Amino acid sequence: MSAALDLITRVRGVRGAMLVSADDGIVVAEQLMEGIKGGAVAALAASLAGRLRRAMEAAGTGTSVFWHLQAEQGALLVVPDGNSSVAGGGGILVVAVAEPDVNIGLVRLELLRVAETVV
Amino acid sequence: MSPQTRAVENWTLQPLTAFVREASVRLVLVLTPSGQVLAQSGFSRAVDVMSAAALAAAIVASTAELARQLQQPPFAALSHQGPKHGFFLATFASDRGTLAVLAVYDLDVSSLGLVQLFYEQLAADLKAASPKSTVPKQVLAADFERELTDSLNTLFGR
Repeated sequence: MSAALDLITRVRGVRGAMLVSADDGIVVAEQLMEGIKGGAVAALAASLAGRLRRAMEAAGTGTSVFWHLQAEQGALLVVPDGNSSVAGGGGILVVAVAEPDVNIGLVRLELLRVAETVV
Repeated sequence: MSPQTRAVENWTLQPLTAFVREASVRLVLVLTPSGQVLAQSGFSRAVDVMSAAALAAAIVASTAELARQLQQPPFAALSHQGPKHGFFLATFASDRGTLAVLAVYDLDVSSLGLVQLFYEQLAADLKAASPKSTVPKQVLAADFERELTDSLNTLFGR
């Protein structure tokens, strides 16, 4: 798992990466720079993922494959694995915390690659 | 303030209200390891509070004894997850003595991670708010029933 997270954290501008249990909001594995509260990010990202899943179901758009939240001082990028699309499916969220000017496309590619390897 | 959140000891009310709001839990009890309830949220019947408090106190006592037999410090928290609901029970030390928090949450609305995250804040807030250096009041058998009735009346706004 550490090797999988290396794929993400080696991208310039990424401040940390985590694998998070989608149902529980608990950290499964993490590589974070100092100052990032991994437990809090994991719990809140999983909560958000659950609500987004329900919103997308209600909107009839199908399941989410990638989301990107841009803030003033950074960004949160998340790829849910296939099982995360089902409530109680025991899926994993692949999460990256990045600086605002990170190459989003490259991080997305690595997140998708990691999501494939951890399933 | 949520109308369903009530406290016997008022210093518990604000931290508990914040915890209920942030962690989206369904039921919460703040109690002593002997089962005395300091505050509750979400319960509608006194008998449920009494049952939950007694069972939570029993779990705290049995896990503490299990830890003692394993020569370990007492367990900090216990989590149980069913198909629809999760239970979280944890203890912490405060100036009011050791306190236990029992939280029940719906898996559709909250998660263990969220409950753990905001429990840490709740424990810190309760520690900060707890009255300093109070001498524990001796509970006499003759007073027990009256005190229990008073507490339940307070918890259910009677």
